[in-house]
Amino acid sequence: MSEAVLEHGAKTPGREALVEDWSRDKQVFGVPWGKAMMWIFLLSDTFIFSCFLVGYMMVRISTTDPWPNPSEVFALDAFGVPVPLLLIAIMTFILITSSGTMALAVNMGYRKDRKKTFWLMVATAVLGASFVGMQAFEWTKLISEGVRPWGNPFGAAQFGSSFFMITGFHGMHVTAGVIYLLVVAFRVKNGFYERRGGNYEIVEIAGLYWHFVDLVWVFIFAFFYLW
Amino acid sequence: MAADGTQHPLKIYWIMWSALFVLSTFSYLTDFMDRGLLRHFLILLFMLAKAGGIVWIFMHMGWERIALKLAILGPPVAILVLIGLMSLEGHYVEGSRVEHYGESTMEVETPGHH
Repeated sequence: MSEAVLEHGAKTPGREALVEDWSRDKQVFGVPWGKAMMWIFLLSDTFIFSCFLVGYMMVRISTTDPWPNPSEVFALDAFGVPVPLLLIAIMTFILITSSGTMALAVNMGYRKDRKKTFWLMVATAVLGASFVGMQAFEWTKLISEGVRPWGNPFGAAQFGSSFFMITGFHGMHVTAGVIYLLVVAFRVKNGFYERRGGNYEIVEIAGLYWHFVDLVWVFIFAFFYLW
Repeated sequence: MAADGTQHPLKIYWIMWSALFVLSTFSYLTDFMDRGLLRHFLILLFMLAKAGGIVWIFMHMGWERIALKLAILGPPVAILVLIGLMSLEGHYVEGSRVEHYGESTMEVETPGHH
């Protein structure tokens, strides 16, 4: 891998570097194949989430019924006062915190500090799991108030289907990410990568996935909860 | 990447991390504004700032070569076309629904806080 990187001259400026990389009759991207594949997977995932969000936009625009006000639907009582989007805000901050611990884990991985990498990844996974737990709470609350994929008491029926589909698919990604992170974390801990030449790129690749999950939440938060 | 980008100091992560907290707080505060052009502009502004920071710093895209940058960040631009088309179509569908079936007569409840 280090050879491939050295061959891709790091100093060549913008457009010339682009031409150079594509016209070399060799592998184009000067990154480990696992990383390139993860990026391409994330690109395809971007299109899936975009289709969901565009579909949500379409039904929200085209319905004649009033759209339920998310800041009222997702309000929670704190000390007797309804605070809009309280739980959603907490979930947002939890996910950002987990992105920070993940970024540090990647850095510690490249420093071959296995202990810190392990604990930072475990912290990331625990934060991710708590995010999913809060989402389960949110779903339970909405279902108990009568929100269903085919209708709800607060307005347009499409609200429920968009909500369950978009947050459900995102929650599934978080759950998969938690499992993925734990697998990699324990392999870092037990020396699995040490026996394979001490290469910790896998931590960065898992990190890409995790940051992507946070990235998708940024868009869901803006378009579904705030808009 | 390994040659030039993996060992950068931790400082940039701390800055990015704090910036994400601040921007998220601002995003959340837009919820207390009235719905309108300014609110929607600010929602998009904070969203794009957060997304840019995550991709550029946390996902290390800023340190990648331009071939990878374009291959990954170029295609999603096409989604803007889909957004534009579906927005036109959505407004047309809403208009024809109102024309043929009339305005909504739905009675809605205000969400209770429990």
